[in-house]
Amino acid sequence: MATEIKMPALSPTMETGTLAKWLVAEGDQVRSGDVIAEIETDKTTMEVETIDDGVVGKLLVPAGAENVPVNTVIAILIDDADDSIAGASITDDSIADVAVVDKAAPENAAPESAAPATVSAPAITEAAEIGGASTMLTVRESLRDAMAEEMRRDERVFVMGEEVAEYQGAYKVTQGLLDEFGSKRVIDTPITEQGFAGLGVGAAFGELRPVIEFMTFNFAMQAIDQIINSAAKTLYMSGGQMGCPIVFRGPNGAASRVGAQHSQCYASWYAHCPGLKVVSPYSAADAKGLLKSAIRDPNPVIFLENEVMYGQSFDVPDDDVLVPIGKAKILREGTDVTITAFSIMVGRALQAADALAAQGISAEVIDLRTIRPLDSETIVASVKKTSRLVTCEEGFPFAGVGAEIAIQVMEQAFDWLDAPIARVTGKDVPMPYAENLEKLALPQVEDIVATAQAVCDGFRG
Amino acid sequence: MVAKADTKRKKGPGRPPKAAAVKINNIPATDDLLAMYKDMLLIRRFEEKAGQLYGMGQIGGFCHLYIGQEAVVVGLQSASKPGDTVVTSYRDHGHMLACGMAADGVMAELTGRAGGYSRGKGGSMHMFSREKKFFGGHGIVGAQVPIGVGLAFSHKYKEEPNVCLTYLGDGAVNQGQVYESFNMAALWSLPCLFIIENNQYGMGTAVTRAAAGRDLADRGMAYGIPGKQVDGMDVLAVRNAALEALAHCREGNGPYILEMKTYRYRGHSMSDPAKYRTREEVDAMRKQHDPIDQMRDLLKNQNISDDQLKAIDSDVKVTVTKATEFAQTSPEPDASELFTDILLPDTGDSQSAKV
Ligand SMILES: Cc1ncc(C[n+]2csc(CCOP(=O)(O)OP(=O)(O)O)c2C)c(N)n1
Ligand SMILES: [Mg+2]
Repeated sequence: MATEIKMPALSPTMETGTLAKWLVAEGDQVRSGDVIAEIETDKTTMEVETIDDGVVGKLLVPAGAENVPVNTVIAILIDDADDSIAGASITDDSIADVAVVDKAAPENAAPESAAPATVSAPAITEAAEIGGASTMLTVRESLRDAMAEEMRRDERVFVMGEEVAEYQGAYKVTQGLLDEFGSKRVIDTPITEQGFAGLGVGAAFGELRPVIEFMTFNFAMQAIDQIINSAAKTLYMSGGQMGCPIVFRGPNGAASRVGAQHSQCYASWYAHCPGLKVVSPYSAADAKGLLKSAIRDPNPVIFLENEVMYGQSFDVPDDDVLVPIGKAKILREGTDVTITAFSIMVGRALQAADALAAQGISAEVIDLRTIRPLDSETIVASVKKTSRLVTCEEGFPFAGVGAEIAIQVMEQAFDWLDAPIARVTGKDVPMPYAENLEKLALPQVEDIVATAQAVCDGFRG
Repeated sequence: MVAKADTKRKKGPGRPPKAAAVKINNIPATDDLLAMYKDMLLIRRFEEKAGQLYGMGQIGGFCHLYIGQEAVVVGLQSASKPGDTVVTSYRDHGHMLACGMAADGVMAELTGRAGGYSRGKGGSMHMFSREKKFFGGHGIVGAQVPIGVGLAFSHKYKEEPNVCLTYLGDGAVNQGQVYESFNMAALWSLPCLFIIENNQYGMGTAVTRAAAGRDLADRGMAYGIPGKQVDGMDVLAVRNAALEALAHCREGNGPYILEMKTYRYRGHSMSDPAKYRTREEVDAMRKQHDPIDQMRDLLKNQNISDDQLKAIDSDVKVTVTKATEFAQTSPEPDASELFTDILLPDTGDSQSAKV
């Protein structure tokens, strides 16, 4: 019986991969556990092992093939006659497929090279205004570059978190930092969020500049007491003596089908608290420029990334560009309705604006970039032009970011509004796991389009 | 004996079990041995299938396989009594099967279908069965530990002769709430058996890089909680240690810690590049310490025939094949399920309380 070996999915968000290398040839005998291929995703290289015995009948995808969709048949395995009980103890011989296994690679050398650098202070400039050279980079690379540049510039900056060093980051955001900066400044912690968040606060009081990575912000709930009660409030409680220059960063919000405990947006949680700045960029250029600003900021900054965005590429200026915290950005100008969004929702808002344009509705899209301090000036100016507002976020509706924007616009531009402000949010339920339910729970492009249409149609003229 | 992740280190959590830690004092009846063999085999086959379904995109999100660690949960659950409760982390498929939950319902939860234990709403990391006394399935590392102490509290409060088996990983032992739990469990003599599944790694971090001090079994010492290190690849050693520890808890002597030296063969989750250990290390463990191979050898020594073993094999295969078919054909949850189960409706009780 011939069995098909398919391109395996290697992570929750993987859709395609590169078949880097075949390690077997047609006609080879393979046993369960044999590594047959290497597959590259944007994050990593993984070995693929067969968990069936047989003979490689045909290799259907050539080595080096890129963007091979998950589930493509990549090889055919022909059964061999061996059906012993010993063989059966490891393999399931009714269905062959592939399993992803461990790839043995030499440990990274970790040179201790923390060369002190001079602290310079470039002027804050908008990325878009820079005329210089730029490169297409992923959000992941941009975040890494931001940290690396700031670590070169200021030896007080260090990065700490789970799997940030030897593993190169659970989502590979800190890739290469251990190599360049050594284990004094790139530090793997035990799984002890409350502990290392508090340690970071102490180190910041001790005049260092910690960048604390949470593997995801879901796990920062273990540490939220230190973030709010220690990092956010101490400056005030000390009558201005005890500044806390720290960055808490990591992926926030839903990834893909990782369930209720791993899929929450915390933007409104942290934005609720005085004493914190809350940043959540969309583009790679903003991710880089804002993270650099956050690291230099004398205050605690919550830096909310998004796992699904990590692999997306954008044009990023090559120069040392800072993006100011607290400034929103108009990504698309329009006249009929203002749409605000942040992080991954910006992409959906832009798509919605395209769809709306096709229907004759001109939408202005604002990327908030910073949630707190909120750039209400930009939002209000836009609403005064369009007279309509739709806010978008992945988080829950109740007391969400949209609720805050709505009240601020009411306070500052009520007379300009031609329609009630409308919100597009995640559904008011814990994130379900099932594919169909998760899709229903998350705000989609169509939801933004429909909401913007309703806001415009119902109240036009 | 379990091989070490770090051969240089003599002391500390990486060292092998103390020689005298566990004596195999009683070999269970052949039927019990066969049952344990079958339970371990079911977990292995189930997990292999889950890995395949993940690769095919039929299971989403995170999927943490238990392959290699089967002897731990099977040995422990074989020593438990009806009414004992269980709580664990996200690496939970094996625990659910060992608690007697149906393979169909577990697999269907993995595929996110209405026939799953959480009706598709929980997924791999979040499954529960009140009927089988399985209280999850928790995705936040360490969070299940105080919950286990709470279940033990409820046993004592209700004067039940039961113990809560609280499973946690070698990475989880560094969370602060574990020590808050140890303190309360000891302070109030709660019937809680803490089982530290030391599979040598928390994600990509070897236990020696994350845990200071002595053996993890000794982590309760400051609270006066007895601890024992056990070869977790040997299901009989696990069972014997479990019998002793459970008796301690059941007799009102308070909590107990068992550190199981075990090993996971697969990646932490399906998306683990696994550059933190060598293939040789994994292969050596598989070849020399596999819990199922060891049990099969023991059964052969007890004159169990190849045919009997093959019959068990095909039984297990049928169960897994059936579960897979169920998981693939069970419908997706109805869209209306999105808004159910957020709060229970008011009961008459709470109404009268308001008056
Ligand atoms: C509070 C928290 N921090 C981090 C994570 C991410 N995470 C999931 S599993 C894991 C490793 C846990 O290792 P261990 O306790 O040894 O259990 P094992 O996976 O080996 O069974 C980490 C860091 C999490 N789920 N929860
Ligand atoms: Mg572990």
